Amino acid sequence: MRRLVVVGNGMSGARALEEILARGGGEQFAITVFGDEPYGNYNRILLSEVLANAAGDAAQRSSTVGTGEAVDNDDADDLYLNPLDWYDENGITLHAGVRIVRIDRHAKVVLGDDGSVTPYDVLVLATGSRSFFPPVEGMWASNTELTRGVFGFRSLDDAQAMLAHVEGDAAQRSSTIGDSHRTAVVIGGGLLGLEAAAGLQKHGVAVHVVHPTEVLMNQQLEAEASKVLRSKLEQMGMHLHLGVKTNEILTTGDAAERGSTDRGQRRVSGVRFTDGSDLACDMVVVTAGIRPNIGLAMVSGLETQRAIVVDDKMRSVDDDAIFVVGECAQHRGEVYGVVGPLWEQAAVLADVVTGANPDAEYHGSRLATKLKVAGVDVAQMGVKAPERESDEFVQFSETGRGVYQTVVIRDGTLIGATLVGDVSKVAALTQAFDSRSALPEERIKLLFDLGAAGDESAAADLPDDTQICNCNGVSKGDLVACVEHGADSVSACMAQTRAGKGCGSCKGLVTEVVEAALGGAGTEDPADSYYVPGIPLDKPTLMHEIRTRELKSVSSVFAALAPDGREHVGSKMGLTALLRMMWPDDVVDERDGRFINDRVHANIQRDGTFSVVPRMSGGVTDAAQLRRIADVAEKHDIPMIKLTGGQRIDLLGVPKEKLPEVWADLDMPSGWAYGKSFRTVKTCVGTDFCRFGLGDSTRLGIDLEERYKGIEGPAKMKLAVSGCPRNCAESMVKDVGLVAIEGGQWQIYVGGAAGATIRKGDILATVDSHEEAMTITGRFLQYYRENANWLERTYDFVPRMGLDHLIAVVVDDTEGIAAELDARMQASVDRYVDPWAADQTESTPGQFHDALPLVPLPQVPVREGSHR
Amino acid sequence: MSTDAQPAVEARLGPVDQIPLGEGRAFLVGDEPVAVFRPRSGGLHALRAICPHRGGPLADGLIDGEVVMCPLHNHQFSLADGTCATGADDVAAYAATEEDGELVVRLR
Ligand SMILES: Cc1cc2nc3c(=O)[nH]c(=O)nc-3n(C[C@H](O)[C@H](O)[C@H](O)COP(=O)(O)OP(=O)(O)OC[C@H]3O[C@@H](n4cnc5c(N)ncnc54)[C@H](O)[C@@H]3O)c2cc1C
Repeated sequence: MRRLVVVGNGMSGARALEEILARGGGEQFAITVFGDEPYGNYNRILLSEVLANAAGDAAQRSSTVGTGEAVDNDDADDLYLNPLDWYDENGITLHAGVRIVRIDRHAKVVLGDDGSVTPYDVLVLATGSRSFFPPVEGMWASNTELTRGVFGFRSLDDAQAMLAHVEGDAAQRSSTIGDSHRTAVVIGGGLLGLEAAAGLQKHGVAVHVVHPTEVLMNQQLEAEASKVLRSKLEQMGMHLHLGVKTNEILTTGDAAERGSTDRGQRRVSGVRFTDGSDLACDMVVVTAGIRPNIGLAMVSGLETQRAIVVDDKMRSVDDDAIFVVGECAQHRGEVYGVVGPLWEQAAVLADVVTGANPDAEYHGSRLATKLKVAGVDVAQMGVKAPERESDEFVQFSETGRGVYQTVVIRDGTLIGATLVGDVSKVAALTQAFDSRSALPEERIKLLFDLGAAGDESAAADLPDDTQICNCNGVSKGDLVACVEHGADSVSACMAQTRAGKGCGSCKGLVTEVVEAALGGAGTEDPADSYYVPGIPLDKPTLMHEIRTRELKSVSSVFAALAPDGREHVGSKMGLTALLRMMWPDDVVDERDGRFINDRVHANIQRDGTFSVVPRMSGGVTDAAQLRRIADVAEKHDIPMIKLTGGQRIDLLGVPKEKLPEVWADLDMPSGWAYGKSFRTVKTCVGTDFCRFGLGDSTRLGIDLEERYKGIEGPAKMKLAVSGCPRNCAESMVKDVGLVAIEGGQWQIYVGGAAGATIRKGDILATVDSHEEAMTITGRFLQYYRENANWLERTYDFVPRMGLDHLIAVVVDDTEGIAAELDARMQASVDRYVDPWAADQTESTPGQFHDALPLVPLPQVPVREGSHR
Repeated sequence: MSTDAQPAVEARLGPVDQIPLGEGRAFLVGDEPVAVFRPRSGGLHALRAICPHRGGPLADGLIDGEVVMCPLHNHQFSLADGTCATGADDVAAYAATEEDGELVVRLR
């Protein structure tokens, strides 16, 4: 019989065993389990309850569950997953309290800290994680022992030690703090920290939670959701110290009592924050994160990064006989910290190990968490907040009741939901999230039962004081009153109340409420068709007005066409781009109409520095250029040099005031990696070197880029040229992508994307020559520039206009405008000026002055090169 | 941490036209980084230069007559009083005036 050894008797180790047994593994293997906790297998999740519940019986548990034997205690039934009998019945040998210290992969044996040597044919590592203790003065009494009164929160021992401490003998207590009042400081306001805090509160302990950011539970929640949770916790009497860090754990000695100055006899007396203030306490719980237990794997020569690296079969990438499951496994870069994924991993592992399904694969898990944090229901799945402009975001907030709910939808599927305070819809949401199933047309149905009485009823059913727009504090009642006073459209109500004019995330709900109030009599909302929100005209009308009135500056457009002639911040960029396209010769360049990127010709980064990408047409460079770039990078201490997805070299972290100097030293033209403009043409090596190449893709790519470089438009334009249908330059997912085919022809794809949205481009034309490919590309881009809405990428533009229409206009010239389009594009091409050369000296006063003087910024970490 | 007790700080920062019309520039007033804006519609406005959301450089933001929009995540802050209309925390607003062609900023 083959021998199966499991190291780690936690939640995933035990689950893997159950799954293996369920697949008949009991007949195939002689099974041995090692766990270094001296218990059978327990449900770690319930430790929060162990801590919160009456301390008495939990403490009792600790005294009865001695090494190896007493795990079948009745009281512990609900905490223990598998009693000792279960191991016996299934013929499993359990070594509780034995730690495996090394794997000898040659001899195929594991070595225990009790001197045991155990052979295996198949080994499963399920070593889980341990608490992370940040380096804080006073934390440790010795190399291995925490200062008395400092606790982690990971194991049953931790929970019981805390219980013993809070229930500890009064005499000892009074010698510490002076009276029976106890104070605990919890370091880290994540899920575990809040659970610990709530648990300790139940014991009458005054609890202070210290968290380094303003956002509690920032792993799961974004700022708004966290605020709701925060006020709930404060109502419950929890003291929250947000945005502060603990510098030191203060201790008090028992020298008199014990006659010793040994740190081991010192105990916690308080904490000191980074701002220098102190807080007295007699207990510190450290919940500042967890770290996978990977020491065993490391000393045994297995590949570890954040955790032990596994393949899709949950096998170590180094050793076919070793499987890994649970929090100690790193799969496709992910390391999980909740149990859901572990269950999925265990099933795959069991399929493979037992041969029940040797082809089973694990492909990662979508995370869905449902918790009660300190009595507050919280459910979270997927992303916390919208990440892309096109993501839909539905938000509902009733702060008075402590309810906050959001869902994030991308391309019609639910990719995230956060529920705080009311999780009644979690089941349906989880289902939609897991199955990626179709969602109700009216997204709000995801959060509310709209009943069968008709769509309006949900919005109609909301109480009048329900806050609809959080940004501007507009309630349902405000909106309804607006309708009663004669507003007859959603935009009229939005204008009068400012609802939906903040972050915009409540627009859907505002629409629901107003439409319900209008009783379905609402007028079509014209605002949807405006080119920019600040000017109430669609793009063709706007362009007509601009042309006939000869408006050549952004300020003149506002003055002539905006309501009351008022400027609108969110409309400036779009107007600037439009005017530059319409008046290539004589646009009035108002720099304040440009986004910062276009003012300084570089891409702003999160720390206020900029990235510099020189033009390298077609992604082709040479040794001299590379040498110069290297020299510039060294001279200016460029913190990161990165190859971009568009085959360019990006110098990141350049301060604004250094930009002109960096450009001058590079002595290369701008690569336009910052604008709503023609960006890059990615190419493959085409016919020059590739043995499959059918067309000279490199040449065509370079020519396209040299011709259309920096052409501005409604959104960025990314191109590619591939020399054969193997499509190494990924032409099918570009705004314009060209592919060489047999017979010297080029296929031209348009409207492709592989970013926030994935769309395969449509074939606009198949042309016979390099020249024709250049012309059609230019004509399509010009038509796009003139007709697309602001920020509308080609992947939306092409389906909106319809492929047939585009082919008719751009290729077949049914409207007879092809020559005009070509001429207007030519005018833009002719007017091209390299912005880096043009702005070597300031165009406006202080153009390159740093905008954040002398204040340390949130630092972007400097990454070492990948030398290993 | 409250700063109520701080004495008022006033700084003369040089000619007003070092700020291009319709843009903002950053200055240091005492220890405080301050962004001063000069909208086309007139007037001068001063706000703390750092976006309370993620530390973005407000002086690099686009403005209109009423608000500045942070270049990092588009949060908008009232030029007049620093209130945020888009859900981030408010930013401190200071007094900015022109005296004899010179820009003067007063903290609190
Ligand atoms: C208080 C608390 C509350 C939680 N609440 C939730 C929740 O609500 N929802 C949720 O999804 N998740 C929750 N979790 C997380 C969940 O418990 C873990 O994701 C899960 O336990 C991980 O399982 P695992 O088997 O990978 O690791 P573990 O359960 O930690 O098991 C690993 C075991 O291996 C042992 N071991 C390690 N190294 C060796 C060695 N060399 N030799 C022998 N044995 C070794 C360890 O001692 C441990 O017993 C909570 C965790 C805690 C601590």
